[in-house]
Amino acid sequence: MHPALLGVFTIAIGVVGCVGYFYLSNVFLDKVLFPASGPKAGRNINMANQIRPWLFLFPAFFALTLYLAYPVFETLRLSLTDRLPGNRYEFVGLDNYRQMFAETKFWESMRNNMLWLLVVPAASTGFGLLVAQLTDRIKWGNIAKSLIFMPMAISLVGAAVIWKLVYDTRPIEQDQIGVLNALYIFFGGDAPITWLTMPFWNNFFLMAVLIWIQTGFAMVILSAALRGIPEETIEAAIIDGAGPFQVFFKIKVPQIKNTIVVVWTTITIAVLKVFDIVFAMTNGQWETQVLANYMFDKLFRANDWGIGSASAMIIMLLVTPILVWNVRNARNEMR
Amino acid sequence: MDNIAGQKSSLTWAVHLSVLALVALWLFPTVGLFVSSFRTTDQIVTGGWWKSLFPSEQNLTIRADSPENQIEVGGLYVIEGELFDADQEFEVLVWGTSSRAIDAYTPGETGELNKGGTISVTAEGHYRLENTEPFAGKRGQRIFATAVTPPEFTFNNYKTVLFTGASSESMGSAFLNTLTVTIPATIIPILVAAFAAYALAWMDFPGRALLIAIVVGLLVVPLQLALIPLLKLHLAIGIGKGYLGVWMAHTGFGLPLAIYLLRNYMVGLPKDIIENARVDGATDFQIFVKLILPLSFPALASFAIFQFLWTWNDLLVAKVFLIDATGQTTVMTNRIVEMLGTRGGNWEILATAAFVSISVPLIVFFALQKYLVRGLLAGSVK
Repeated sequence: MHPALLGVFTIAIGVVGCVGYFYLSNVFLDKVLFPASGPKAGRNINMANQIRPWLFLFPAFFALTLYLAYPVFETLRLSLTDRLPGNRYEFVGLDNYRQMFAETKFWESMRNNMLWLLVVPAASTGFGLLVAQLTDRIKWGNIAKSLIFMPMAISLVGAAVIWKLVYDTRPIEQDQIGVLNALYIFFGGDAPITWLTMPFWNNFFLMAVLIWIQTGFAMVILSAALRGIPEETIEAAIIDGAGPFQVFFKIKVPQIKNTIVVVWTTITIAVLKVFDIVFAMTNGQWETQVLANYMFDKLFRANDWGIGSASAMIIMLLVTPILVWNVRNARNEMR
Repeated sequence: MDNIAGQKSSLTWAVHLSVLALVALWLFPTVGLFVSSFRTTDQIVTGGWWKSLFPSEQNLTIRADSPENQIEVGGLYVIEGELFDADQEFEVLVWGTSSRAIDAYTPGETGELNKGGTISVTAEGHYRLENTEPFAGKRGQRIFATAVTPPEFTFNNYKTVLFTGASSESMGSAFLNTLTVTIPATIIPILVAAFAAYALAWMDFPGRALLIAIVVGLLVVPLQLALIPLLKLHLAIGIGKGYLGVWMAHTGFGLPLAIYLLRNYMVGLPKDIIENARVDGATDFQIFVKLILPLSFPALASFAIFQFLWTWNDLLVAKVFLIDATGQTTVMTNRIVEMLGTRGGNWEILATAAFVSISVPLIVFFALQKYLVRGLLAGSVK
């Protein structure tokens, strides 16, 4: 069958199946299992209403358990085993971790991930806050915001191509077609530089891509937060003689502190999972490896599921503090 | 309101200029790729794309028509013709007849030929050689012209990439594959999540708070963890690599955000309407279908856009769950990565392929930005 036809089929089956499941299961509950009539009508209605939420929840939570919760534990288990020929697994304790910690590529990934974690959330949030504040009071602010927000829609792979053109290098005797080298030569550089092969600094050229994308996200959220600040506080500060910079840093920023933290942590999670950019631009060569790409390498190139799972657990470990913090916040909010 | 104390106009200017600079900085890389996708290979490798937006000067050497084609008009022997093809819009700045003096004449002037006779060239590139005696020789007169060309762009790259190109650089089938992945993977999680979100928002049962906390927790679980266990599972139950697997994976990975977004929105719906409906005897199923779903349209739209952008732009999930060894089901992002590896220098193909893949999300983005922003604001964990 043609895949597109299969797609239409799946949509139909999916939609009819979902609606059918919910409708029929409700009918079954109300008419057959606990009919709202007869001598026990009242008790039956109560019973039905106690079961109904679970009917509504079941498909979603079944999928969540299977696709997100179970893999966490399965990955943990796999990270403690080795795959043997013939689809058998052998428990090896912490061997995979020990082996991984002995690899220089792993530590290189850790170092780079830490660099990304330090630079990208800070730069994106900073730029986002700057743009949000600057565009707040100008007429064409919305157009400006929408243009800076645009990279959010572009795939990381697309962004990688876009930026590879920016970083392109041609031999010295030719015209440079990458903007960065053209500028470098224009301002008196003697030879074009291959930016992506410069160890250590090339990490920052890769980070620029993610910062370029995430700034729009930070800007949208922070801009809404800035608008939500009560005007009286700003008026009072101005009447007391505060300058624009004082108003911004001493009145506005403290009031949106919580939103800044939320933006920061959201971008942090995006950074921990960063894969496409590195995969498409350098594939971890020239000391640009990051954990997610290291893991992909182990899984699908080296075919080592043990170490692959172990490195996935490291990513999970790094995400856990944010996970706990988010859950606690959500629970506090519900009270 | 910030102007209560009077704005300094210099500061306002600084604000305008810095916003302009930031917007330019953010737009510049994308525009570069966009412009490059309309240039030919030669143009791309010989000069930066920013130069292609302005007229460029070129030195050309062109031969006039050969003496065989001369005509006799009233006692004068004449060779006439055009230096440029009809579709080229060159403008001659200076010209000459010898390589040592290529800028000897300006357009409209008449020059002497060494072998006798005169020659004139107009700015549009029309030349005319005149002589009282017949022109001798086989080869036409050489004309050296310095001409400006207006910016020149072509749609050929798009034609190659979408229709005529070799299969390794064809985006046509990859485009369809991407679409096939995206649409079911966007619609199905919405339905599943909407019911769950309603239960979490408006139904009372023990353990509700715990389930909401679980959803918030799963929101940040990196999908990297799910790759091996699920691939193992798919292989074990016989789905293998293919569309079914990638649809299911995208559905599973999209659910936490969907449930979270929709629940947050549904909780904010007016309580009175729902309770009135209950009092009037509507069942939960009826309330959900007739009240909640239509009222939640903005949130549904927000999530649909997120999920669409994410599945369209995804590389990792497609690589793991969809693309098998035959490569028949490759998606656009994967195609582009392959091209980056094998034809890293072919900028015209790369740029065009990337733009084909980017264009759909960009259209969605600009058309439905309102919902996207709303969804972002609701979705960031507070």
